[in-house]
Amino acid sequence: MTTMQEVEMISLVIDGFEVSVPKGTLVIRAAEKLGIQIPRFCDHPLLDPVGACRQCLVDIEINGRAFPKPQASCTIPVEPGMIVKTQLTSAVAEKAQRGVMELLLVNHPLDCPVCDKGGECPLQNQAMSNGQGETRFEGVKRTFQKPINISSQVLLDRERCVLCARCTRFSEQIASDPFITLNERGALQQVGIYENQPFESYFSGNAVQICPVGALTGASYRFRARPFDLVSTPSACEHCASGCDMRTDVRRGKTLRRLAGDDASVNEEWNCDKGRWAFKYVTALDRLTTPMVRNSDGVLVEASWPEALAVAAAGLSAHKSAVLVGGRATYEDAYGYSKFARIALGTNDIDFRARLSSDEEREFLAAHVVGSTTTYRDIDLADQVVLVAFEPEEESPIVFLRLNKAFRKRALKVKAIATKLSIGVEKLKGEFVKVAPGAEASALSSQTLTNKSLILVGERAAESAGLLSAVAALAQSSGAKIAWIPRRAGERGALEAGAIGNLLPGGRPVSDAAARVDIAAVWSTQSLPSENGKNSNEIIAAVHSGAIGALVVGGVDPLDNEASAQMLAALDKAFVVSLEIAPSAVTARANVILPVAAVTEKSGSFLNWEGRPRKFDAAVADTHNRSDLRILSMIADEMDRTISLATVTAAAKEIASLGRWDGAKSSLNKVSAATTPSLSPDQAIITSWRRLLDLGTLQAGEENLAATSRRTVAVISPKRADDLGIKDGDRLTISTQQGSVTLPALVEEIHDDAVWAPRNSRGSQLLSQLGVAHGAVVKVAKA
Amino acid sequence: MPDQIEPITPREISVNDVPFAQVEQNGPKGFFDQLKGFWVTFATMFKKVNTVQYPEVKEPTAERFHGRHQLNRHEDGLEKCIGCELCAWACPADAILVEGDNNTEENRMSPGERYGKVYQINYLRCIFCGLCIEACPTRALTMTNEYELADETREKLIFEKSDLLAPLTQGMLMPPHPMYPGMDDSNYYRGEVKGSHPSQDVNK
Repeated sequence: MTTMQEVEMISLVIDGFEVSVPKGTLVIRAAEKLGIQIPRFCDHPLLDPVGACRQCLVDIEINGRAFPKPQASCTIPVEPGMIVKTQLTSAVAEKAQRGVMELLLVNHPLDCPVCDKGGECPLQNQAMSNGQGETRFEGVKRTFQKPINISSQVLLDRERCVLCARCTRFSEQIASDPFITLNERGALQQVGIYENQPFESYFSGNAVQICPVGALTGASYRFRARPFDLVSTPSACEHCASGCDMRTDVRRGKTLRRLAGDDASVNEEWNCDKGRWAFKYVTALDRLTTPMVRNSDGVLVEASWPEALAVAAAGLSAHKSAVLVGGRATYEDAYGYSKFARIALGTNDIDFRARLSSDEEREFLAAHVVGSTTTYRDIDLADQVVLVAFEPEEESPIVFLRLNKAFRKRALKVKAIATKLSIGVEKLKGEFVKVAPGAEASALSSQTLTNKSLILVGERAAESAGLLSAVAALAQSSGAKIAWIPRRAGERGALEAGAIGNLLPGGRPVSDAAARVDIAAVWSTQSLPSENGKNSNEIIAAVHSGAIGALVVGGVDPLDNEASAQMLAALDKAFVVSLEIAPSAVTARANVILPVAAVTEKSGSFLNWEGRPRKFDAAVADTHNRSDLRILSMIADEMDRTISLATVTAAAKEIASLGRWDGAKSSLNKVSAATTPSLSPDQAIITSWRRLLDLGTLQAGEENLAATSRRTVAVISPKRADDLGIKDGDRLTISTQQGSVTLPALVEEIHDDAVWAPRNSRGSQLLSQLGVAHGAVVKVAKA
Repeated sequence: MPDQIEPITPREISVNDVPFAQVEQNGPKGFFDQLKGFWVTFATMFKKVNTVQYPEVKEPTAERFHGRHQLNRHEDGLEKCIGCELCAWACPADAILVEGDNNTEENRMSPGERYGKVYQINYLRCIFCGLCIEACPTRALTMTNEYELADETREKLIFEKSDLLAPLTQGMLMPPHPMYPGMDDSNYYRGEVKGSHPSQDVNK
């Protein structure tokens, strides 16, 4: 791809105004530049032109020679000497557009009063601006059966369709999920799905959003509201680290829908179905509303805020304490936890990684990720992208769309170092480097990259010892860029905010005295703890050994951890202050529960995997829930060790005043890879990842979305299937000492030594059922 | 020419400089002129009385008087309202709140796919302009001649759907119930359903 090369400009005249646009621009877009709006349905700036609806007809003349008939301005690129007359100056174009509109409306039903698109419908609007008030059609309109479910969450009303092919083009060109197509011809032409195969794309919601009529509608928003009922707030997606720009529409304090926002440098105009439809958890979960305190009988009882804060402060002052904060906190909240740990608790024992993690990862994050400036643009420019322990479609869908765009536009070379070939990598026609779980590091080391290459590392890299060392070594030897892409939205922000034991805010190493002085000056404190803090597993061990007596826990699910039993026992043992939105395994064991605001109820920002701030305001304004930050600040006040972070704005200001660390970064101590274990015939090495749509807490309450999740299967290689005598669909049992799961088998491209199952899907919650998720030896048998 | 225009300078104006206007004081009218005036009052006593003893006596309003709204029903009792919110959209006083929902086979309130689940009119806001009536695509919303809309609390003046729905008349059946067998929503809109089907009326 060329960078900022001199682009040839072409001048043309539209409606008597001269305009210069880059070569290759379409006439309709050149007109937009002048502020002339030509009506259109099929045209979409991010889809290939198709000229399907014929609504954008204009008169065109090139060097004195006119086209004999009006032309579709959405398919014709500009040329020098072109003279374009739109409906504003040409009677012919105007009449042609009226005619097309009349024909489009011939078979369009009078559904506007019951149609969800009513009030924000391009067809309605353009029929008013460019159509005629009366119809001359006296026949009977073509009718189809009213809405049919093309998936559990997308409804198709074929009568309303104007055959613009936006949805089918999106599915094919952007998502590479060509599950819908235009069937039949003539008046009966219609959008359809393949027999027995519903429109179960992870990106199907975008087709609903770009439908210019009400032909595709979302089941969860059906008949819920009109545009004038809704109060829209620009927001950011809290589901993953892609960092989509979003719009949240609220009616009377209740979120009714979310739409993809328009940010060309991040999500363009798209988002995934999880971001679009998984918002009901805020109301579906049984929300905590008042603080609760465990009384002397060991029973949780409701308490007033002053009482709960006093109990929390007393408990934390009395013990040596640590902080466990999940990867879902906003940047400002994570900063609050970070400062709270250092000032109020006087410790560096804080870890945001509520998942499988390692010390190697912590060092890697400090050495290569914090402050990193790799962006989506680097995907656009890379000569090769290597995916390491990262499955883009499932773990960061917008990264997948970017990769797919680069693949389709310029055949970007993608290489996946993985155990199992995934649907996403197949769609990218990626090179699949098949390795046994745990052997990724050596396979990666043998890759040759250039300084224009990009290594996308997922959070699962921490599960394979030596892998992150190999990534760092490869990047150093080849000059390739590294991007660490966690799954959760708050992880990069938490890292930058120093919610981890070896870093202070702004990427300052705890071990660096100058860095500590920096922070101590801004925080107006004498000194900061100088020893690297414990990681989450060490914190849990310290609770068991009695070295730590109290925990502040925010947004952590113990079942995300391999040692979930130890963690639950630790929570039972320690004095726990839990900041949560809903009852969980942590609140059940907490001594003090303090309810906090969900994302839609507070302002703040996330840092996406690029480190780009994604600011958002409270969408639902009138709740009494406070952000974590405010509550931590109140506890600190109660402890007489104030952190003075009363508001999100105050935190943002303080973060800005801290700035970034420009001193030396800490280095990564090379960790060597573990040796692959030898297996007996009934043994396999387990590997897994989380699917986009699974049993995640933030997807609660949205059955339509859950119904489109991929089938839960256990994947084995053809060779193992032969050995075990298993065919597709037979049931396979995977077992460890802790327990077992039995799933339908799928024989697919996977390393012969491995077995794959989804990490947190219905019937397959590996961490709680098996206690392992990657790299461990398990037993497999035909059930 | 612009340069010939003199700048205006503020001048001091004293109250004493302003001349008083002389108002003519004619004194009282003559006796016969006064008698002529009182005659009008006296003669009115023998004319037909226009006022009535409201609230004991009530006069019918003009036929098309804009009174309280009513949500009409189809002939078999199904609601005409489809919850489209066009009335709420048209309302200049923001007095109407509607929330639509899906009709299902088990819970059918109106013909077609959609019905009005929540319907409220706030009579503290309503200005009885009738734009909502004009907007209604199914003639579900009309106005009655009822004008006695006063109450003690604000809450009581927010009328719910149950307060606004037309009463069931002969041949109507309380929804939810299925559509008339063999008919669909377009038959309903064309007025081809003349009453509930005998098979639906098992309870009576």
